[in-house]
Amino acid sequence: MHELSIVANLFEILDEQAREKKAKKIITVKLIVGKLSGVVPECLETAFDVYKKETIAEGATLKMEEVPLKVKCRRCGTEITKDDFIFICTSCGSRELTTISGTELLLEKIEMEV
Amino acid sequence: MKKKEVLVLEELLGSNKKIAAEIRKKLEEKGILTTNILGSPGSGKTMLLEKIAERMRPSYSMAVIEGDIETERDAERIRAKGIPAWQIITGGACHLEAKMIGKIFPEIPENLDFLFIENVGNLVCPASYDLGEKIRCVLLSAPEGDDKPKKYPKAFTTSDCLIITKSDLLPFLPFNLEQAKKEALEINPNLKIFATSALKDSGIEELIEFFLSSLHNLRQKNA
Repeated sequence: MHELSIVANLFEILDEQAREKKAKKIITVKLIVGKLSGVVPECLETAFDVYKKETIAEGATLKMEEVPLKVKCRRCGTEITKDDFIFICTSCGSRELTTISGTELLLEKIEMEV
Repeated sequence: MKKKEVLVLEELLGSNKKIAAEIRKKLEEKGILTTNILGSPGSGKTMLLEKIAERMRPSYSMAVIEGDIETERDAERIRAKGIPAWQIITGGACHLEAKMIGKIFPEIPENLDFLFIENVGNLVCPASYDLGEKIRCVLLSAPEGDDKPKKYPKAFTTSDCLIITKSDLLPFLPFNLEQAKKEALEINPNLKIFATSALKDSGIEELIEFFLSSLHNLRQKNA
């Protein structure tokens, strides 16, 4: 359960952005959460709700877009969406795969009242 | 009321990554091989380090950073082997972060060969935090079961090396070593796999050789 620590980092960025843009409050926070990012969206949501009290994001909604794990075979070029974490190309059997997406954990955008 | 949408696209663990990159750069410049050790509580991380310390001490200099939720016990065990050790007591946090290593950094001796960081016992959270290591090792002890790589993929996909510990217990357990190796390589084909028993002193030599050749490669790159 390291989601609280991640939310603490999120609030550092939110505070900075709110100060810079002279926001009165933050309405929506949108994250991009990769399948292999190592965080559980539900835990992130709980941590966010705990953390936001008495901050500029007190009434804010947290939105999350979950991104599947996608890999590309370096040998035959096939792109595969993985849900089994087996890093073997389903097309040619190669183990030479490059991860295209699914490991990211990003703050995409903030909707604020200015 | 005026609404404004701000596109940020910033990594949530970006600040940790940045600190980790600085630590890695400094340690590599000094020619210190840094290893981050992950594993469940009781998987044998400290005992493995004790064994490594015994072998390394006559010829190489090493130091250990220990991470635990409570107590100084692990650092004391390492110090008892004549090795400098720092204990990070997280007070509840389930993983180490780069900034915790950064605080200890000024105390790390310049002329070190190996720095080992023993993470908090946990197969989940530590996997998300780069500590500035060159090598990440994940431990899987035989009693934990051979199904762990698939159940905790991130710890295994982000590691360079899998160390199966307590291998002396294999004859008594329904742990299929070949199956564990096969599944681990399916999720990370680049994993180097070692089977060790710190208690029976087996497999340790191969592991030491791996660390020595990694140190050699690091220093060759520097030279």
